[in-house]
Parts: sequence; C-alpha cells; structure tokens
Amino acid sequence: MRSFVNIIISAAVLLFALPLATNAQCKNFAKKVCRLELAPYIHDGNYNAAILTEGEDAELFKTFYAGQQYRIAICGSESLTKIEFMVMDVDRKVLYSNVKNNYAITWDFKVENTQQLIIWVKVPVVSPKTEELKSGCVAIMFGLKTN
Amino acid sequence: MNKGLIKLLIFAVSLVAVIFVTSCKCNRQSDDMLSVSTDEMAADSSTIKSIESVKQIFYSLPSPLETAMILKRSGATYNEELLNSIDNVSRYNTTKSMALNLGIYSTDLSYASLFDQTQATVKYMTASKKLAEGLGILNAIDNSVIQKLEENINNRDVILETISETFLNTNSILEEDDRVAVGSIILVGGWVEGLYIATSLVPDISKVDNEMVDRIVDQKLSLQTVINLLKQSISNADVKEIYNDMLELEKAYDEVKIMVSNVQVVNDKKTNVAMLRSRNVTSVSTAAFNKLKTKVKELRTKYTA
Repeated sequence: MRSFVNIIISAAVLLFALPLATNAQCKNFAKKVCRLELAPYIHDGNYNAAILTEGEDAELFKTFYAGQQYRIAICGSESLTKIEFMVMDVDRKVLYSNVKNNYAITWDFKVENTQQLIIWVKVPVVSPKTEELKSGCVAIMFGLKTN
Repeated sequence: MNKGLIKLLIFAVSLVAVIFVTSCKCNRQSDDMLSVSTDEMAADSSTIKSIESVKQIFYSLPSPLETAMILKRSGATYNEELLNSIDNVSRYNTTKSMALNLGIYSTDLSYASLFDQTQATVKYMTASKKLAEGLGILNAIDNSVIQKLEENINNRDVILETISETFLNTNSILEEDDRVAVGSIILVGGWVEGLYIATSLVPDISKVDNEMVDRIVDQKLSLQTVINLLKQSISNADVKEIYNDMLELEKAYDEVKIMVSNVQVVNDKKTNVAMLRSRNVTSVSTAAFNKLKTKVKELRTKYTA
C-alpha cells in the first residue's frame, strides 16, 4: 500500500517538474551553447527557444535594420542531429537555405534597406521508423556586429 | 480488494488526472504566444504515424541593445536629459509600470553604454535591478553584474557583453516562469523608449534629411511585430491596455509610407557576409512626423509617470 502511494506521489512530482526542467535545460542550452556561436558578434539579448520534435517547424518574424550587420545562429540540442533553416522575405521568397550550405548553423548578412524577414526552422525526421521521434531544444539567436 | 483500497485508487487516479490536466493547461498558458496551426507531417505511405504539432511563432522585437545600436549608427548624439530619471524608480509599484520601465531603463542603459557613459550605465543597471527584483526576476541582475560594469569602465566590449547577458537572463527567466506577457511588456517599453529618443533627437524634419528619420520611418515595420507580439498575450489586462496604445500609434503611423521592393541576395565571397539588396521607397511629411512625435511623447509620458 505504501509503495502504491509512493508511486502516485512520484508520478505527480514528475508531471509537475518535467515541463520546468525541460524549460531550464533549453535556457541553459541557449545561454551556454548557442550563444557562443554568435562570437565575435554580440548577442542582442533576446531569447527565442522552444522544444521541438522531429517533423515540427517554427517561424520567427523580425525586422532587420539598414546599416547593421547580423549573424543568425540556429542550434539544436544534442538529441537533434541537424536543424534546417531558411530566411525568407515577407513574400516567402527564399533568400537563404542552410540545407544548401551543408546544414550551417550560422549565417552572416546585412540589409541595404530595412526589411522584415521570416526565419523558418524545422527539425527533420532522421530517426528510423521503428524508433520514437526525438525532441530537443532549438534556439534562434541573433548577433550584432559592433564596429 | 477492500473498500479503503478502492477509495484510495479512485483518489489516486483522480489526482493524477487533475495534475495532468493542470500541467497541460500550464503549458498552454506558457505557450499562449503560439499561433495554433496544425501541421500534419506526412511520412511516406508505409508510415502510419503522423504528427499533429502546434507551430511555434516567434515575434522578435529589436532588443534595447539593438535599438541603441540603431540610434548610434543613425548619427544620434548623447543627451542624458532625454532618459527617464532613475529617481522615478520608486514610483513603479505595479507589474505593468515595473515591466514597462524595466524596458525603458534597459534601452537607456544601452544608449548610455554605447556612448561610453559608464556612470550612467551603472546607475541605470542599478535601477533595472530594482525593477527586476520587484517583478520577481531574481538573479537576472545581481551585484556581480554591477561590479563587472564598474570594473570595466574602459572596456566597451565587456560592458556590452554584460548587458546582453542580463537581457538574456531576464527574458529566459520570464519564459521559464510562464510569464510571457511580462516579457512582452518589457520589450515594448524598451522599443517605445528607443522611438522616443529618436524622435526627440529630430527637432524639425524639414531642415534635416538624415538617417535618423529613415530609422523612425522603419519602425512602422517593427510596430506590426509589436502588435502581433502583444496579441499573443491579449488575455492579460495589462497587455490589452498597451495593445490599445499601440493601435493608436499605428494610426499615427498611417501617413508614414513605406514600400519595400524585391530583395536580392548578393554574396561577398571575401567576407562571407551576404548583402540583401532592395529599394525601399518611403515618405513622411512634416505634419505626419510631428503627429507621430507627439503620439510617441504622449505614450512615453504615460508609461514613465
């Protein structure tokens, strides 16, 4: 009887704690791993990260300003082997695809005139059909060139 | 099986069910920024499994650091009188006023740091620390941050890195704590402050044709991001009020025109930096600019009061 109660309590604790632990892992991954990919650019300070499962995608909308040089870094945590990303204009014309660039995780660019762009990211399915799909943290970070 | 055990079993199953539902709801709230669009991933025909996912949508505003960089690059001068006085910090007692002014002070400290105004940077970081603590964002800005700024008064790179790290800490802690709405208000406060500094630095556009005016016009594009960002947390009463303010600002931007042409990518093999070429056509009359400037000042006065 006591062990039964213990199991229930453990299950309850796990259900409460799991989302928090996952978010904390994602935060640490963004801060301690992905942020480093931006060097020598300075991270803008914004936090855009989420847990994605193989097959899922996400989009980010941002305005990029004339005269400023940027680095985009898209990183996936260890469980995700590769992340696809594309940079598109507002008409969804593809301006850059990392798939054509050996799955590069960064891209440096500047805009002649201020533009709103869409960053599309996807976790491709690489797990064999017999296995469960993997999930992990995906961070989208921006670096600013200071000089 | 005795009655006691059956009762316990029912209780346990109910408890787990309640916890599970609460947990899902909790996740939903944290993700109230998500736009729900079902994406059914079709694997090949032999795969029965399909995934129903909620596509994550992020709206990213220029951070206080980026705003300050845009200001400086556009030829801004440093004017401390434009900043929100740190003496006002004790006035901010509500979540909304603390969040808005944390954003405002964040832009002020970024602006000061880019002009090597280290004393002002430290003062504004200290004021930001108080507001962050008031919002319960503990450890985002601790004493070591202030100390690091003081020890590196002549090292702008370290100062900018430190500021960037505190912003990331603040944003990520709020996200982790399911307080996306507060994070959005901070960002909007910082963005409005940038717009206020920029418009205040242009006394008369009929006499000036400068980059600063172009950047102010460009904010019309970011305003759409602001509106979409706030929409994601519209159920929050504070966010709703600020959202309505932004709709008024949108009206003030009505007479500011901006047309964006096709974008072409030109790769520079030497530097490995791509240039996105395009031709924007913008127009703003003196009257439209003054109307916008007045609206921005009105909002900023309201937020810092």
